[in-house]
Amino acid sequence: MSLLDIAELSAGYGGNTILDGVSLTAERGDIVSLIGPSGSGKSTLLRVLIGLTPPTGGTVRIDGAAVDYADSAALKALRRRMSIVFQQFNLFQNMTALDNLTLAPVRTLGVARAEAEARGCDLLAKVGLADKAGAYPAQLSGGQQQRVAIARALAMQPEILLLDEVTSALDPERVGEVLDTIRTLAETGITMLLVSHEMGFVREISTKVVMMDAGRVVEAGPPASIFESPRETRTRSFMQAIIRH
Amino acid sequence: MNGAAEFFTTDTAAFLAGALGRTLWMTLLGCTLGFLLGGVLALVRRTRQPLLAPARLLAGLYVETFRRLPFLVILILVLFSVQAVAPGLSLLGIATIAVTLAATAYLAEIIRAGLDAVPRPQVEGAEVLGLSALDRLRFVVLPQAWGVILPPAAAFMVMFVKDTALASHLGVVELAFAGKILVNKGFSPTLGFGAVLVLYALVSWPLGRAAAHLEKKLVAPRHR
Repeated sequence: MSLLDIAELSAGYGGNTILDGVSLTAERGDIVSLIGPSGSGKSTLLRVLIGLTPPTGGTVRIDGAAVDYADSAALKALRRRMSIVFQQFNLFQNMTALDNLTLAPVRTLGVARAEAEARGCDLLAKVGLADKAGAYPAQLSGGQQQRVAIARALAMQPEILLLDEVTSALDPERVGEVLDTIRTLAETGITMLLVSHEMGFVREISTKVVMMDAGRVVEAGPPASIFESPRETRTRSFMQAIIRH
Repeated sequence: MNGAAEFFTTDTAAFLAGALGRTLWMTLLGCTLGFLLGGVLALVRRTRQPLLAPARLLAGLYVETFRRLPFLVILILVLFSVQAVAPGLSLLGIATIAVTLAATAYLAEIIRAGLDAVPRPQVEGAEVLGLSALDRLRFVVLPQAWGVILPPAAAFMVMFVKDTALASHLGVVELAFAGKILVNKGFSPTLGFGAVLVLYALVSWPLGRAAAHLEKKLVAPRHR
């Protein structure tokens, strides 16, 4: 049984279909990268998975159990197992880095404050920001904010981590530090689904690459086959377009 | 005509103090209740819960109606409706209800604008961490909204100190009415209304200061 099993998942706003029957699976420890042109539904897929955008059809199963996205208790349970990091970090602007990390564990997991703070400090150290615990988001660089955001997602001890274009809003010089953080994370065996335009990184880190276009999965497979011998013409044209520059 | 010697007596002082008390009572109680009720209306208008759709509609209707009615009209409406159901209620009580009704509508809009000013991604960040709606409001939205809510809310209240003068039409002896009574008693308008002017200024100023202090205390230190 796959850890994450997505079947015929659809979503849209109004009459607009954004996800048009997406199916894919991820095993425990998989690092699945979603690639494809803008508007292909990659980010929407992650938003549907974490329950920010309601699905209009299809099912998501975690360890074989279907998630009911219309039920708030089910959503709460889901968000104990799955966490997301956004392109724009979305750190709470009114809190220090450490408070950003402890709020949810204390309020939703019932962890004692002292314990949450100890774990928060550990996580900040892990992302190389041990000295920034008392800093507010506005005092941190984009790369630092994104690393705090990753630590915040990890503070929930998720089994599945979703990363939505986490380096796209960063200064080019800051991209490396965030990618390094994700590399370290990959070695811990956590399951990840990531949307990225950093093709070199995707190729290096992924166990599986999923090419999407127009709300559908064009093809999926190990990085070597998607990058070197894509079966679909759409994947080939996408590869050529991004390699040309 | 009575002169300055007759004006500066404990009698006049007590009379003015009573009037000032009624002005402050109407403003502070009316605006505090209005802030709480306005907060409830703002929250109701923001929910997306389908079951609350009728409440949302009513809240919207209330806010839009009462913001369009002149305060004097609200006063008279409350006067006649209250006298029909509870004839024993004092004029001050009636005026306070009218202030509450008006303040609720205005403050509901001010609070709603403040809550809406918190960027949506902040709320989503809290949502995906599993925080309840109440926790999201308490820890993430409100701390960031205070800075937008408090200045106009305080300005509204300071402005309303003066608008309560309209309650004199009902016969509530508040500050403005007190000035008129003093002049009718034979004191010069300069003295009677001069004293009233000084008192209005004296209460507005600390109210403004208190609001500024509250703002400093509550507003998130995001740009320290």
